Parts: sequence; C-alpha cells; structure tokens
Amino acid sequence: MTLPSAEPANSADLERFDLVERGLHWVNAGLFGVVMLTAVPLYIGSLAGIFGRRHLLVEIHVWAGVALPVPLLLALAGPWGRNLRDDLSRFNRWTKDDFDWLFSSARRLQARVGKFNAGQKLNAAFIGGSIVVMLATGSIMKWFSPFPNSWRTGATFVHDLLATAIFVVVAGHIAFALTHVDALRSSITGRVSRTWARRYAPAWLEEMERAEVLGTQRGVSTPRGSLAGSQSRSASADLKANRSVIPPT
Amino acid sequence: MRPGTPVGRRVFLGMAGLGAVGILTGAKVQSALGRVLQPVTSASGGLSALIPGSDTFRIYTVTDGFPSVTDDAYRLKVGGMVNQSLDLTLADLKAMPRTTLVRDFQCVTGWRVPNVRWEGVLLSHLLEAAGVAPGASALVFDSFDGVYTESLTLSQARRPDVMVAYGFEGGPVSTAHGGPVRLYVAPMYGYKSAKWLGAINLVGGVEPGYWEQQGYDVDAWIGASNGRHDAPVS
Repeated sequence: MTLPSAEPANSADLERFDLVERGLHWVNAGLFGVVMLTAVPLYIGSLAGIFGRRHLLVEIHVWAGVALPVPLLLALAGPWGRNLRDDLSRFNRWTKDDFDWLFSSARRLQARVGKFNAGQKLNAAFIGGSIVVMLATGSIMKWFSPFPNSWRTGATFVHDLLATAIFVVVAGHIAFALTHVDALRSSITGRVSRTWARRYAPAWLEEMERAEVLGTQRGVSTPRGSLAGSQSRSASADLKANRSVIPPT
Repeated sequence: MRPGTPVGRRVFLGMAGLGAVGILTGAKVQSALGRVLQPVTSASGGLSALIPGSDTFRIYTVTDGFPSVTDDAYRLKVGGMVNQSLDLTLADLKAMPRTTLVRDFQCVTGWRVPNVRWEGVLLSHLLEAAGVAPGASALVFDSFDGVYTESLTLSQARRPDVMVAYGFEGGPVSTAHGGPVRLYVAPMYGYKSAKWLGAINLVGGVEPGYWEQQGYDVDAWIGASNGRHDAPVS
C-alpha cells in the first residue's frame, strides 16, 4: 500500500517543448538567420561593395521575410499545435511573480517563475511584434507604388530602427542560450531535468508534478522514465478541470 | 483562461501600433532627427553610419553586383547628334577644367546625406567640346552595367550644377558609388545621377530612363517631383 507522497518519486526529465515547437523554433531561427545575414550588406554600404549582387540579396531577403510567418501559422493551425498554443498563452499572461522577477532584483529571488520567465515572455512578444512590423514595413519598401512616398520613407525609417533592435535582442537570446546549456539542449531534445526546473521554473515543476499525482490517482498510467508530452499535457488538462478541487499551493 | 495580465498581447499590439505610427510620421521624425544630429554627425565623420535611421548612403545597383572597370580601361563616349564624337579616358577628363560641388545628396526613397563633395567636369563643358548638332534637344546616359539609363533635357544638362564626377569626398568615386566616373545631377533626386557612366548620346527628344519607365518622374527636381516635398539642395 503506497500513498502518493508530497514529492513524487518520478525523477524522469520533463518535456519542455514538443517536436512541433522545436521544429518551429529552428525553422524560424534559420529564416531569421537568412534575413539578418542578408540585411547586413544591404544596410552597411562598405560591405555592399564586398558582397555585390545587391539585387540577389534583396530577393533572398524579401522572400525569406515573406516566408517568416508561414511556419508559425502552420504550426499554430492544427491539432498538432496544442502545446504551442498552450505555451503562447503562457507567454502572454504575466503574474505578479513575473513583474517581481523583471523589475525587482530583491524580489526576483522569491519570485515563483512558471514555465517561462518574464525575459523569455518579453522576447517572445517582441519577436512576434517584430515579424508583423518588419513584414508590413518591408512590403511597403518593396512594393511601394500604391503608397504615398512619405509612407515609403516612414517604413524605411521604422524598418531600420527595428532591425537594429532585433539584432540586439537576437544577440541577447543567443548569448543567454550559450550560457544556459540545459535550456539550449531542451530546444533540441525537448527535455529538461527536474533539477533545472526546480531552479529556473519552480512553479511549472510544481504544476507538472501536481498533474502527475493527479494522473496517478485517477489511474492514468505515467510510465516512469518517459513522461511523454501528450500524457503530461492530458494530465495538465485534468488539472485545469479540477482546479476547484485541488487548491493551488 | 490562464490567470495574469496579458502583457504579451499588449507588447505585440503596441509594437504593431508604433510601427503604423512610424510609417505615417517617420518621414518627419527622420528629417527632424537629421537636423538635430547633423552637427554631431558632420563633426565626427563616420559616426552617422552608426546611428540607426540616420542619413547615410545606401548603395543601389539594378544588376547583380557592381560592374567594374579599371581606371586605365575606362572610356566615356560622347556621341549621337554631335559635331564630333568623343572617346575620353579618365586622364582626359581630369585634364579638363575641374569643378567642385558640395551639396546634400537626396534619394527619392527618403534618405539624405548632408554636404557631399563631388569633383569632376561640368557636363556643359563636354557638350561644348563635342559640339551640339542642330535638332538635338536631350541627352541619354548609358551605364556600363549594360542596363541602367538616364535622361536630361539639353537645358538641364547645361546647368552649372550638373557634372560628370570622378571625385567623391576627397578621393576617387568608388565602385559602389558608381566609379570611376558617374553622372551627378545636384538639383535632382539620386536616380538621375547615373552610376558607372559609359556613354552620353545626344538625341532629338527625351527618352525616359530606367526608373522613369517604372513610374518615377522624368524631371526629378528635389522637392518638386515624385510627390515629395524635400528641401531643395541648390
């Protein structure tokens, strides 16, 4: 006879990102890489002389840019996008802990961070907003004839400024990834250890472990050693349905 | 619904809103910024290139890459309705009376580079040297990239601020800027200043150039064409 312990014995890694999310991330990263690399000689005249072929660079830049939102929309569209949509809603919503984490170095230590911290949430929103604004301004620059000329100037101005910001943010994103190897690995394997989660995403770990307990209690099998995404999700959905029964800690 | 404040959505919508405002007002913001920053950027030389959105040259070419020719191999042909065709080397051009023009360079897409120094030969001098035949009323300029063309009326070509330039900011005109020799039409938008100038032909009437065939104004006066209201430069 065993009772569910407060700290579930399950020590298997947690699934942080499913295959669709990881695929989307790297396709997106590749397209961003193309758009940003081709942007450099387009912006910096002295490099333009080295690369030449401006026309070709423009075509690559424009069509990679137009393609950018496609994988995101495809990944969101079908039943395969359930986890992605769930994570988008996590990115969107900020709790008091998120504000504490971002704005107070004293309260950051106590903040109960969920699956994503406030910096990651900001990054996601910024990249999303950037795609829309860069696509709109870039389209006005490329297909300018229906628009007033001042729009073309304004669009160029916005495209320039935001491009600079994107270079800074993406450089930061890569720097954080390289200094947080476990998180970087999870963008490839999808998995993180519970030790990692305890440190960086304690509220999420708690949520996942509550879901596991709930799953065990209801007789849903959660095989040890492989806490598969779909199962953890369905348990997580159960948790949501039972929120009135299981009080949040 | 997940609890919490929808900050992500607000950031996203805020960026979209700012982007739209920027498209509508960016032209004014940019020219104001340019005025404010001009003392700084002109005092510090290359600094302006580091300020995003500030006014620096953008390099355009309509072909794949830049056409390139050595200074020794370069030739400028002046022909068509002239009394005597010319076939000029770079040295020939440099032996002619030298003119310096310092003007803002204004692109029709909105960017403007303050106080750019050009050196070269006035186009009017070349026209005198070749002799304009009766009936000629316009000029056609061919780039040696094989694609780009431009046009001017005869009276525009005789202005004292229209030149065949071989000097740029104290040095030669680099390949990226249209060297070794390009046209420089100071009072008009940049597309009139054909890069990589290879031939000038006098003709009986204006033949619209590369961009003019795609809807740009043929008479490209800065501030009075293409629906723009930039301050004139000369």
